[in-house]
Amino acid sequence: MPPATAVELTGITKRFPGVIANDDVHIRVAEGEIHAVVGENGAGKSTLMKILYGMLVPDEGQMTVGGEVVSFSSPGEAIDRGIGMVHQHFMLADNLTVMENVILGAEPLRRGAIDLDAARASLEKLGASYGLDIHPDDMVETLEVGERQRVEIIKVLYRGARILILDEPTAVLVPQEVEELFRNLRELKAQGHTIIFIDHKLTEVLAIADTITVLRAGRTVTTVDAGDVTAQELAELMIGGDLPSPSTTTHQIDDHVTLSLAGVTVTGDDQREALSDVDLAIHRGEILGVAGVEGNGQGELIEAILGLRQLAGGSLTFNGEDISEWPVRRRRESGIGYVPEDRHRRGLLLDAPLWENAMLGHQTVEPFAKGSLIDRAGARNATEAIVSRFDIRTPGIDTTARSLSGGNQQKLVIGREIAANPLLLIAAHPTRGIDVGAQAAVWEELRRVRTKGLSVLLISADLHELIGLADRLVVMLGGKVVAELDPADTTPRLLGSHMTGADVENGEPAQ
Amino acid sequence: MTGRRILMALAAPVSAFAFSVLISSAVLIAVGTNPIDAWAEMLSFGMRLETLVETSNRATPLYLAGIAVAIGFRMNLFNIGVEGQYTIAALLAASAGAAVSLPAPLHILFIIIVAMIVGSLFSGVAGYLKVTRGVHEVISTIMLNAIAWAMVGYLMRTWLADPNDTTLNLKTREIAESGRFPNLNGILQTFTRDIKGGRELGGFIIIAVIAGIVFHLYLTRTRSGYDLRITGLNPFAAEASGVDPKATVVRAMLLSGAVAGLIGLPEILGDDFKYDLSFTKGLGFAGIAVALIGRNHPAGIAVGALLFGWLDSAAPILDVRGDAPREIVSILQGVVVLSAVVAYEVASRARQTQEARDTAIATAAPTDTGSDKPEGEAGA
Amino acid sequence: MNPVPLKESRALRWMVAILGLVLVLSLTQELARPETTDLISAGTAASTLRRAVPILLAGLGGIWAERAGVVNIGLEGMMILGTWFGAWGALEFGPWWGIAIGIAGGAAGGLLHAVATVGFGVDHIISGVAINILAPGITRFLSREIFAKQSGGGITQSPRVESVGHFDVPFVSGGEIFGWATPDIFGWIDDRGWFVVSDLFAVASGITSNVSWATLLAIALVPGTVYVLWRTPFGLRVRSCGEHPVAADSLGVNVYRMKYAAVVISGGMAGFGGAFIAIEQTGIYREAQTQGRGFIGLATVIFGNWQPLGAFLGSILFGFADALQLRDRTAVHALLLLTGVAVGLIALRSLKRSQPVGAGVLLLISALMLWWYLVTDSVMSELPPVTPHIATLIVLVFATSRLRMPAADGMRYRKGQE
Repeated sequence: MPPATAVELTGITKRFPGVIANDDVHIRVAEGEIHAVVGENGAGKSTLMKILYGMLVPDEGQMTVGGEVVSFSSPGEAIDRGIGMVHQHFMLADNLTVMENVILGAEPLRRGAIDLDAARASLEKLGASYGLDIHPDDMVETLEVGERQRVEIIKVLYRGARILILDEPTAVLVPQEVEELFRNLRELKAQGHTIIFIDHKLTEVLAIADTITVLRAGRTVTTVDAGDVTAQELAELMIGGDLPSPSTTTHQIDDHVTLSLAGVTVTGDDQREALSDVDLAIHRGEILGVAGVEGNGQGELIEAILGLRQLAGGSLTFNGEDISEWPVRRRRESGIGYVPEDRHRRGLLLDAPLWENAMLGHQTVEPFAKGSLIDRAGARNATEAIVSRFDIRTPGIDTTARSLSGGNQQKLVIGREIAANPLLLIAAHPTRGIDVGAQAAVWEELRRVRTKGLSVLLISADLHELIGLADRLVVMLGGKVVAELDPADTTPRLLGSHMTGADVENGEPAQ
Repeated sequence: MTGRRILMALAAPVSAFAFSVLISSAVLIAVGTNPIDAWAEMLSFGMRLETLVETSNRATPLYLAGIAVAIGFRMNLFNIGVEGQYTIAALLAASAGAAVSLPAPLHILFIIIVAMIVGSLFSGVAGYLKVTRGVHEVISTIMLNAIAWAMVGYLMRTWLADPNDTTLNLKTREIAESGRFPNLNGILQTFTRDIKGGRELGGFIIIAVIAGIVFHLYLTRTRSGYDLRITGLNPFAAEASGVDPKATVVRAMLLSGAVAGLIGLPEILGDDFKYDLSFTKGLGFAGIAVALIGRNHPAGIAVGALLFGWLDSAAPILDVRGDAPREIVSILQGVVVLSAVVAYEVASRARQTQEARDTAIATAAPTDTGSDKPEGEAGA
Repeated sequence: MNPVPLKESRALRWMVAILGLVLVLSLTQELARPETTDLISAGTAASTLRRAVPILLAGLGGIWAERAGVVNIGLEGMMILGTWFGAWGALEFGPWWGIAIGIAGGAAGGLLHAVATVGFGVDHIISGVAINILAPGITRFLSREIFAKQSGGGITQSPRVESVGHFDVPFVSGGEIFGWATPDIFGWIDDRGWFVVSDLFAVASGITSNVSWATLLAIALVPGTVYVLWRTPFGLRVRSCGEHPVAADSLGVNVYRMKYAAVVISGGMAGFGGAFIAIEQTGIYREAQTQGRGFIGLATVIFGNWQPLGAFLGSILFGFADALQLRDRTAVHALLLLTGVAVGLIALRSLKRSQPVGAGVLLLISALMLWWYLVTDSVMSELPPVTPHIATLIVLVFATSRLRMPAADGMRYRKGQE
């Protein structure tokens, strides 16, 4: 007899202004299974889960939970039905205790007040029965990432959830923590919980899931048993064709060093050393890839090169000059371009027109400025040129950046940096959160400018992107450069072992 | 397209004003007054030449105050301290002006420069504390207001008091004839009739207009103004683009304070020729109101300043005729500010949604729309 | 870690701190004799408490709003509403009704702020400023319509209003129990003139004699606020909205409702503060009688690190500055000596921690203050009223990094956006 259905989504459709995020999606999740939902960025996974968790209301379609038709207008109603969600970006208040975060909204009462003793006891009981190690009275701000995720899981279990949604839970974890998480999930499954697991790392999905549903461009492609597919087949289902892995073309790299870092050391926001004694050199016409689990100093590396963060030691030499003490503006004027990891935060003025965005970072030089004045005509012409050269889909250059789609916003950022003819381009996660078409265009553009002598510092979490694009790879771990590799004979597995610091003795670096 | 934009831009302030008139009318009805009579009375009195001259005189300092506040607002700096800055600037400028004798234009220029320097030094303290110690400017400027008033009180009582004064009414010495700003009666009267009741059209309005134009050109045509504006829109992106955030904060505070220094001068240079206890208070706070109504745009601020100035000038007729209490105007002004800021918020959201939709429609390609939704919708 | 000794040691530390403060004030007063006798006395203590209450209430109001993530610089306006409605209610229905109506007036201001900031997403500072502009407009109009038509009233002031009444604490300050006058023990010790001891009891006597019932209620709001915010589900939910509203929403907390409630409570507290000024402190409504106390209340929020007890201490400090300058200006002069010595001690500490520059600056300040004390007989009358403002700036300049404001304070929240 097949297991009962825990959740079934039928014909779910969700539209946003101008966009269909979910288009007739069908998913059936059996009770007590680990069901993975996979898809590329923007395939509609998160929207679907928000619908299931009551954070969004679908425009069409039907949901059943435990055989009953339901419609949620708030997460509270989903919680009442035994559904819980562990968000990708943790939903924890730093300045509250673990216990306060867990019991929030479902506080045990004694005479109108919170029954702290009962709350503490039930947290400890939950922790013990699922093998989750937590301390109720710790402030959340003192916790590590893995601990925070455990608090999130406890939070869901505390509400009596039988169905757990985990939104890209491994994105922020190092491999050891992933192992720990998977152990916890298997324990939950063994105790009869149903788990819906959203991811796009296929090896992980195959390792943990029983059943896999593939989404593409907002639609359900298929649902398969994990035992019946390989990673390559899954990837093809997700992408709808061949894996657009960027291919390496051989070309000559100059001896000229564009940028070199010597013993660079900086302090992070938490007052600890974020970069320790980093030596790097980027040559003319070279793409240097920086691999590493996020939060191992990549952000600080970018900030140090741009001048957003002071050096605590070492020096930076750019095009033969010591720029260690230069302000940001002088560095940018001398030819450092920047594609930020989060375009909304550092790359765009969302409420300003495109032409004002196109001059961002280049507002002091031609064609955007004349002396200390803004050259409006020059700026507008230059923007028109960028829009047509990089195929940015917009009604005009007076449209605000906010109204563009993510892919077009990213093309604008990359376009304006490349159009300024820099000597060095810092590209941080240049294809994050954009669709496949835009991704291919970005890769193509990076390869093209590289052959024209531009140096690129490419920071990415996408290993295929790194291996495919970079001429040389370095791996960062704990604020240090721990390995330097030739992408031609590097596998994701070898890279992964360097990134996590595991197995470095066995898998010797290539050079 | 542009026609619709202008219409959308006007919809918010017009509906806010209409709403305020409605509320005030309801209040008048509640106290047993006929609002239509009251408004008609104000309108007919308000259109007299003398009232319009008075309106201009009242609007001039309000406009300067609005510009001073708006310089900060444009980069999300809240200079609540305009109040203190203009008071102390007026006192010191009046004293300095009385202490020197120079040829007419230079004398006026000297007083103006002193006022601007004092205003910017005082606001600069808040800017300095923000960039060096991270002290939020709202709190520091509120505190500095109180400190400025204490300083004014002390200086008036001691060092800057007119030594020849025998009355108890504290005041500074008078500024000589050469330091007084001429009125514009002559120019105005060539176009209209004589102004009655000894009223004068203050000449300082010219300075106010120049300040507004310079403010506009600075923001839209200079690199420095661009840096200031983008810091307001997105400080992180501005910093990555090479803007020095600390220098920009200090610069904006200094500029704001410099303009704040001008606020008291129409009264000092055109009317009283000295600083005394009757010096007008509250213009700094009113300037915040005017800047909010005008959405920090030089033209909008002018509308706000003229509206407030006109309401204040026309209201006294209500008391004279006894139709309604003139204080209804203060309710009207308060409601206008609050409903304008709400209306702008609503309008800006509507515009965002509209624009996202327009863009999506205009750029819709049949192949890849499904996965790529407008990101701005998710906010930052 | 066993919580009991911690609590004991904390209580002990408090007692030591209070004793130390009294000792220092007594010493200063001895040194400054006969110039002043009012630096520490029953009268000063009583006046301090009375002046602290409106500041405290504004501060608690600020904490309520900011703990829910809404910055409330409209406190001043809400306080102004409280003064007018408080006086009006007291005239129409009696003093307790005045307090209640004053609270309602302030709460109405809070509701307006909540509608603008939470409902429409207007910037908190802008909405607060708008309310500060609107409130005096409303009260001016209402005064004209109502007080101006009453005898003893006018456009800018009301007729005199009656207070809610006072009490002496039985046994310690001679309060009555069923008509029997108990002994005034504190007062008796105060009169003995024993060094330090008498001063300590003078303070105790001052704050237990002739206390307004409204003061008692206001002070009860300090533990009341702590209890509600930290021990009840409602309080936890309010605080979660100030720290991480998206997380709160994801757990089914109605963020909008919590913010509305907190900001209305905030306005109510400020309104109570305003009503207290009109009914208890001055016995009359007068235009602009709040004198920026709403802003000082805001300062105590920062001063007290967003903690009710901290705001309480801040309000006492500011109330003390306020009380001294009204009662005895020479006492303020004596405080120069005290401050000079205190700054000198801090300078020495900095020197020990090898911060020579800071120590140098502080030593210079200390020397200047002592010199100022020696060469003058009194300080300018303008200084004492602004000591709270100067103190706040100094705290912000030197302690900003140690302050912990709610993480989502001042941010616009819209449901469904991250």
